Amino acid sequence: MVNSMGLDNRKMVFWAFIGSECLLFGSLISTYLIYKGKSLVGPYPHEILNIPFTSFSTFDLLMSSLAMVLALAAIQRGDMRQGKLWLFVTALLGLIFLGGQVYEFSSFVHEGLGLTTNLFGSTFFVLTGTHGAHVTVGVIWLLTHWVQALRGKLGPAQAITVEITGLYWHFVDVVWIVIFTLVYLIQ
Amino acid sequence: MSEQAHASTGTYLRIAAILVMVTLIEVGVFYVPAFQPVLVPALLSLSALKFALVVLFYMHLKFDSRLFAFLFSGPLLLAVGVMIGLLFLFFGAVRVRTGT
Repeated sequence: MVNSMGLDNRKMVFWAFIGSECLLFGSLISTYLIYKGKSLVGPYPHEILNIPFTSFSTFDLLMSSLAMVLALAAIQRGDMRQGKLWLFVTALLGLIFLGGQVYEFSSFVHEGLGLTTNLFGSTFFVLTGTHGAHVTVGVIWLLTHWVQALRGKLGPAQAITVEITGLYWHFVDVVWIVIFTLVYLIQ
Repeated sequence: MSEQAHASTGTYLRIAAILVMVTLIEVGVFYVPAFQPVLVPALLSLSALKFALVVLFYMHLKFDSRLFAFLFSGPLLLAVGVMIGLLFLFFGAVRVRTGT
């Protein structure tokens, strides 16, 4: 699937898709920032956001990106044992991140912050929830590759599909890098 | 324009170490009162550094075709421009109304 420029068409289309995702998350982050500090009732961000817990989630997602590049490198050189291991580790770290998000959301709801409580709740849940949905898709995608690898249907010849999955996964990571700073640290 | 070889495992590990250190610095900056006056520019700079490291090395944009960089950076710059424009529009309008 290589075009006249020597580039893989699937990879080129996927970069265009990631570009469109920049606009999606850009609009959600803009909405959060515009309504920041405009909630008329609490809970407010400084009362409810748990920085140590979210710092751990950030560390978890950064390590999942490392595991992803190690998985791709192993598959590209034909080391499927390492490839399977790192694919599984990446998916596991993604699941840990999602577990943390479920815990965070449920604790916020227990503290009185819901989707319709105030402007902070609405914009926070939509932004971080959309990101969480992307992480969920990524975990399913990674586990699909892992099952393919277990069945012997994934090898160096299919490395480009793992590379595209990796692009998606790293994009989800960079979106979180921005969310962590703009939502959690700059309150 | 063709795709190039990617970074080595050692480079990936070094990038991961830098990412973890920068995250620790971000959290440190958040908690240390002395950094409050420069909190926003410091955190934005550190976040931009992490963003660039992941995109350049883990997403291989440093080694891949410039067309991929164009497909990514074009919409990214557009999104950042829209974000800055909207913030000026909303907060500028508030300042005009309130006279602050």
